[in-house]
Order: sequence, then C-alpha cells, then structure tokens
Amino acid sequence: MEFAIQAEGLKKRFGDHEVLAGVDLSVPPGTVLGLLGPNGAGKTTTVRTLATLLAPDAGRATVAGYDVVRRPREVRRRIGLAGQYAAVDELLTGRENLVLIGRLMGLGRRGAQTRAEELLDGFGLQDAAGRPSKTYSGGMRRRLDLAACLVASPQVLFLDEPTTGLDPASRITLWQQVREQIARGVTVLLTTQYLEEADFLADRITVFGSGRVIAEGTADELKRKVGDERLEISVERSESLDAAAAALGRAVSEAPAVDRETRRVAVRLVDGIGGVARAAAELERSGVPVIDFAVRRPSLDEVFLQLTGTGAQTKESGDE
Amino acid sequence: MSEVLALTGRQMTHLRRTPEKIISVSLTPIAMVVILGYLFASVISVKDGEYHDYVMAGVFAQVGLACVGATALGVASDLRAGLTDRFRSMPISRASVLFAYTVADLVTAAAAMGAVAGIGLLVGWRIHGGFLEAVAGFALLLGFTYAMLWLGVLIGLAMRNMEAINGVTALALVLFSFLSNSFMPLRGLPGWLRAVAEWNPVSSVAEACRVLWGNAPASAGASLPVRHPELASVLTLGVLLAVVVPLALRAFRTAAAR
Ligand SMILES: Nc1ncnc2c1ncn2[C@@H]1O[C@H](COP(=O)(O)OP(=O)(O)OP(=O)(O)O)[C@@H](O)[C@H]1O
Ligand SMILES: [Mg+2]
Repeated sequence: MEFAIQAEGLKKRFGDHEVLAGVDLSVPPGTVLGLLGPNGAGKTTTVRTLATLLAPDAGRATVAGYDVVRRPREVRRRIGLAGQYAAVDELLTGRENLVLIGRLMGLGRRGAQTRAEELLDGFGLQDAAGRPSKTYSGGMRRRLDLAACLVASPQVLFLDEPTTGLDPASRITLWQQVREQIARGVTVLLTTQYLEEADFLADRITVFGSGRVIAEGTADELKRKVGDERLEISVERSESLDAAAAALGRAVSEAPAVDRETRRVAVRLVDGIGGVARAAAELERSGVPVIDFAVRRPSLDEVFLQLTGTGAQTKESGDE
Repeated sequence: MSEVLALTGRQMTHLRRTPEKIISVSLTPIAMVVILGYLFASVISVKDGEYHDYVMAGVFAQVGLACVGATALGVASDLRAGLTDRFRSMPISRASVLFAYTVADLVTAAAAMGAVAGIGLLVGWRIHGGFLEAVAGFALLLGFTYAMLWLGVLIGLAMRNMEAINGVTALALVLFSFLSNSFMPLRGLPGWLRAVAEWNPVSSVAEACRVLWGNAPASAGASLPVRHPELASVLTLGVLLAVVVPLALRAFRTAAAR
C-alpha cells in the first residue's frame, strides 16, 4: 500500500452548488496531512467522503487500501472519525460512551471495558468517567470524542477541526494526544482553521479553495512559495536610512527596499545565516545606529491569505 | 447480534435516565380516557355496550401514534448530535442501528399502554373475554405500534428538523385517531371519507381489539376492514412495514445532519 489515503478527481455537488470540483490527495502511511481552507471550501465534505459517509459524484478514493465506495465496510474497520462537532451520547457517561463503541467494534464486553479504562486514563477523563457526558465542558467532550474514535486503534484517523473552540491549554493537550497516535504510526488527515495547528502537527499541508486543491507542500515549501526570509532593520533617524541601505546592499548584493515613513530597510535573505552575519558586520562598520534587527519569515497565515485570495481584502481594509 | 444488544442497551439506558418519554407518549391517550371514558361516557352511547369500553381500544392505538413523534425526535437528535455519523463510520450493519431504536421504543410504548390500562380500569373499562383474547388484542396493538415506530424512524431521518417533526407528528396523531372509529362508530361519515377511515389501520386495529375484548364492537358495513378487522390490520401493517423499512434503511445510508 503506497498511500494510506488516496483520492483522485473527487467531485460532489449539492443542487447546483459544486462543492468538490475534482480533489486529488495522497497521504503516505504514518504521515499527517493538514487540510486548510476558508469556510465552505469543502474540507468537511472531503472528510465525509473519505470516511464513507458521503458518496462522491465522480472520482475515486481509497483509504487503507480499500475503495471507499465499493468496500466501505473494510474502510470502516480501519478508520476513526472525529467530526466537526463532538459526537458523544449526552445521556451516557463518558465510560459508557467508550464501552458502547468498543462493543460495537467487536471488542466484546470485557475487552470494551478494558479499552475504555485505558482511554479514560490516557485522556485524563477518569475523574469524570461516571458522569453523564452532557455535564462535560467543551474540552472534555472533544477529548471523549477523540478517545471514542481511537477505541479500535484505527490505522487512519480523520479529524475535522479537532480543536475549534478549545482554550490554548486544552488545545495543547489534544495536540499531544494526536502526536501520540502519530508516533504509533497512525495516518492522520486533519482539517483546521488554525495555521499553527497545521504547522505543529502536519507533515504536509493541502490548501483548499472552493472545492479544489490550490496549493500543496510542507509548511516550509508553502512559506517559501509566498516569499523568502527577509532581514528587516529599523534606524533611529531618517538621515541614516541611505547609509543603512548601502550597507545591507553590500552584504547581500541586492537592492534593499527602503520605507522612509517607518524608517525601515528590508532585504531578501538568500543564504541564511551567512547573509545575516555579513549584514551585521557591514552595519557595524558603517556606524549606523540600528534600533531593530530581525529576520522575518512569512507566517502560514500570510501564505493562507495570499493563496486563498482573502489577502487583498485584508490589505485594503488595513489601508483605510 | 451483539451490535443490536449494545445499541438497544444504550436506548434502554436513555429510557432509564429520561423516563419522561413514557409520560410524553401516554399524556394524550390518558387525557382521552379521562375526557371521553369518564366525563363524556354518560352522554355518548354506543350499541351493545358501554362507551368507556368502546373508547379504550382506540386510545391504546393512540399510544402507538404518539410514539411516531417520540421515535422521530430521538432519531433526529442522534443525527444532530453527530452520533449517526459515528455509527455510520463504523463497521456495523445499518439495520441494527435502526432496529435498536424500534426495540427500545416498543418497551416505552408497552409501559405507556400499561399506564393507560391502569387509568382505563379506574374509569370502569373491563375486558369481557378470555385471557388469550386479551393477550391477542395487546399483541395486535404492539404490532401496530411497531409499524408506527419504523414510520417514526423514517420521519426522523428524512425531516431532521425538530420543530418540523413536532408539528407534523402532532398533526398526524390527531388526524389518524380522529379519522378512525377510535372515538365514534363510522356510520355517520359520507361515503369516501368513510372508506378512508375504514382502511385507516387505527380503525381496523381498534375494531379487532374490541371484538377480542368484547368491548362493544361497532361493526356495520360490508367492506373488508369492517367484516375482518384482524385481517385488515395485519394486511395494512404488513404493507406499511414493507414500504417503510426499506425507505428508512435507505434514508439512513445517506443520512446527514443537514
Ligand atoms: N448536505 C449538504 N447540502 C447542501 N449543501 C451542503 C451540504 N453539505 C455541505 N454543503 C455546502 O458545501 C459547501 C462546503 O461545505 P463544507 O462543510 O465541506 O465546508 P468546510 O470547508 O468544511 O467549511 P467550514 O470551514 O465552515 O467547516 C458549503 O457551501 C456548504 O453549504
Ligand atoms: Mg467543515
């Protein structure tokens, strides 16, 4: 099995609204793919299709080596799905929720109970295990939801916005739990609105825009696509701007951009730390008083905004 | 099989934690017993018996009708909570999930019928017949209820929206019990309406029970459901199940919360 998840030309329309317009994905086993995209881009629809909940109109997909349309049962044996909204039975306790899933996955009564206790321990839910899950906080529900989709130790995990609505501490806890799964060799497809989440968890990132893949690569590759690292310095007085620009130009042999208003000089860095060192030395020699000296990389947010075309609007509103 | 057990167990836990469901499906029928069987019994008269006897079979059938809404709401709330997605993403059979809803709600219905029977006995209802006939009557009522539960499953999956389900099933409850012989023999109705009401399974089930229980059966007429209510009940319920069950399974296969 070359890919744990593979999709080719997936299409889906609801009425006359084309939600997936030919989606291609391939995720090697044991890796994590982050799916990014604005609201309504079709992330959930993709996940639901791969998790056998939705039949595609065209295209094909395999998960864990099985076709999602022709062999759904084989796929279902091997996946765990945590949907966009935590799916827990509110009237059952946390423990009962997990035991139910275990029994349905064929672990047997005893096996399901043992597995439930393991997961309750692992997810820090042991104290609340005997309470109906409707009394759980959002973070606890999310953890229970994730635990529920891990009951049968799936090979492939689908997580649809797993940390939306969680506070930073709960988010980090959940990330650690996902990382544990990754360390076990589970393949993960993760959709998220949080770019730092994709940066932290995903090996590769696919950016969605209106039902198609508009960019694909590692976080670094995507960042490079938008722009290289830049060295930015600020000087105290505008008179020293030209001297600073000349110094930077000598260091990296490229004309720097000068912004007189903010008294800043910026230049593209091509050879990493070497360029930084030469720039520092040239500035030192020229005796220009520098108040800020920083290497900036484009953030994944910038990548996202630029790729999905929402960047322009943000800039306009920023200028007003 | 273990799937069905586990899922039915879940539903039974729900019932234990929210026994209000039993009250909600027995409320209207109990009100009918009190209003018709007790308050109006002296002003309404039926041939060959007491009105409080006549009315009970239809009231029991009303429990079955009330279960349509209760079941549909349970199904829709699982759909909304994402549990249906979870079940559908697991390697279990579609039928077992839906079957579990109907088994557990049949228990709810039986408990509600018990409550209705208790109130009925208080207002003077009695079964004038043998033990086996009494049991056969309740078995028929449960069979009717079972068909209604599958209808509820289908409505829950198809309509999804709680308010809409509430409205439609409440209307159906009123329509199906008043367009039947539950509270009044059908003699006075105009021809076509009478045919509709006679073929309403509520009529044939209630009439069959009245025959079995010696509760003032109203049979007058030549149509099949009037002459052979038990046959007509089994027939209409069989057809209903044969239509509704495959539709419900199909709806479950493509179910989505919106
Ligand atoms: N069952 C459905 N019927 C009709 N339209 C649907 C259905 N499911 C999804 N859509 C539409 O498809 C589009 C994509 O939805 P989807 O949920 O896949 O987006 P998403 O990328 O997950 O967005 P979000 O970030 O908001 O979760 C939306 O415009 C949505 O309205
Ligand atoms: Mg979504």
